Amino acid sequence: MLKISHIAKTFNPGTITEKKALLDVDLHLNEGDFVTVIGGNGAGKSTMLNAVAGVFPVDRGTIEIGGVNVTNLPEYKRAAYLGRVFQDPMTGTAATMNIEENMALALRRGRPRGLRWGITNLERQMYREQLHTLGLGLEDRMASKVGLLSGGQRQALTLLMATLRTPKLLLLDEHTAALDPKTAAKVLEITEKIVSEQHLTAMMVTHNMKDAIAIGNRLIMMNEGRIVVDVSGEQKQKLTRADLMGLFEKAAGKELDGDRLLLS
Amino acid sequence: MDLLKLFNALPGAAAQGLIWGLMAIGVYITYRILDVADLTVDGSMATGGAIAAVLIMSGCNVWLAILVAFIVGMAAGLVTGLFHTFMGIPAILSGILTQLGLYSINLRIMGGKANVAVNPNKYTLLVSLRNVRSLTLGNPIFVLILFTAALILTLYWFFGTELGCSLRATGANQRMARAQGINTSRNVLLGLMLSNGLVALSGALLAQYQGFADVNSGRGAIVIGLAAVIIGEVFFGKVFINFGLKLTAVSIGAIVYYLVIQVVLWLGLNANDLKLLTALVVSIFLAVPFWRGKLAGKRTGKGENHA
Repeated sequence: MLKISHIAKTFNPGTITEKKALLDVDLHLNEGDFVTVIGGNGAGKSTMLNAVAGVFPVDRGTIEIGGVNVTNLPEYKRAAYLGRVFQDPMTGTAATMNIEENMALALRRGRPRGLRWGITNLERQMYREQLHTLGLGLEDRMASKVGLLSGGQRQALTLLMATLRTPKLLLLDEHTAALDPKTAAKVLEITEKIVSEQHLTAMMVTHNMKDAIAIGNRLIMMNEGRIVVDVSGEQKQKLTRADLMGLFEKAAGKELDGDRLLLS
Repeated sequence: MDLLKLFNALPGAAAQGLIWGLMAIGVYITYRILDVADLTVDGSMATGGAIAAVLIMSGCNVWLAILVAFIVGMAAGLVTGLFHTFMGIPAILSGILTQLGLYSINLRIMGGKANVAVNPNKYTLLVSLRNVRSLTLGNPIFVLILFTAALILTLYWFFGTELGCSLRATGANQRMARAQGINTSRNVLLGLMLSNGLVALSGALLAQYQGFADVNSGRGAIVIGLAAVIIGEVFFGKVFINFGLKLTAVSIGAIVYYLVIQVVLWLGLNANDLKLLTALVVSIFLAVPFWRGKLAGKRTGKGENHA
């Protein structure tokens, strides 16, 4: 479903702030894979996700989504294939528009936007049912501005919007990192439910090692712009924190140093 | 002080306010919906007037002249938009560049003259200040109210369509808009074009109303437009939630602005000091939300960090 072939990205090349964010990333996801991505700060996790989303062009390599080469497509065109949820709850929604308007924008992802009405009554009914499944009571606040919602509510809504049109690939960029533990758990629970119900292919960046191990059928670990650990299937199911740290040390030739990682 | 003199001046002020209200609706589209401060309008306002005056004097139908002014205004917005999206120049600077360039273009349009008179005796005009106190259907106030209503209805429809919603999303959150498959660069172009088209249309009506087009008629237009937007929000922000009503509030804001100007002039203010007064008043109104945020921050112990 996703085929990343030898991509590389250097930010600010030739300057004092030069940052080799991705050195040589190769990754192939099968349909229905739910991959968690873990790694220390600056390992390239978010850069890889943003490269797939088309936030910036890559220096080298190709990216295919569902058999389509998207390497040269601008971000807004790739959106047709992707559902995205961001770390900052402010990023995924339009705060000054109301809940149903935000959902209507998401429903038209990948479709031409013309002079038909931006939202119809038929859709509203569907949105109400969809919001109901979140169990947050948002179905009764469809005319409320999204800016009035809490961070957790906004992330849940963004998740719903990302999957309203079934994406070929769902990209979750530390989407629970900005939430309090209880809300984070709730959003994670909704994430797993949506991914399994719609049989989505998904990639989730996280700083939480426990979540990375518990969720999904595959785990990759990044270090200094490369994928250094890739476990799946039975090995992933039996994986423990100690195993993971051992794998990392073997692959990267050094001890795992992410403070944020070990804390969680 | 002669109250009769004031009353005599009020209909004219209302008509001017209605014309500038159309312009202010254009400013609302960029400033509030698209979240771009577009200074092109100082140029495109005069462009609209110049185009309309020259076309009408060459025997062109008045409606056609207004339409051409609208289209040329859109072209000016397109130039600013390309400066911004294609050439990466900051939005404010892009607008200033276009505005400066338009000064020369406006002089060219008017055959090198800074001022062109359109005599309402010789040409058929849609609005003219000589009818402003007449009780006929040709009264510019009546015509302009219809015009404004039609425009607000059209914009209400447009911003409710899929395309219009995508424009609002572009102004609200560009990253979200792109993630939802919206071509934000194209939408910024579109918004700037629509806005400047309306501004030029307003300029075309102003030239007819006054009976002349002037290369300097757009000077400070952005500030008057902002004043109208802000006055409208101060008076009606809490009650007018609906989008159509918000646009109506902008138009009323412009009328209030011109009525107030008329009163301060009547009270004896030197007309030369008007622009200074306007700049001061608008800057204070622009500061109000900022100060309010600071105060609210102090009360809850959380400072706002956009200072």
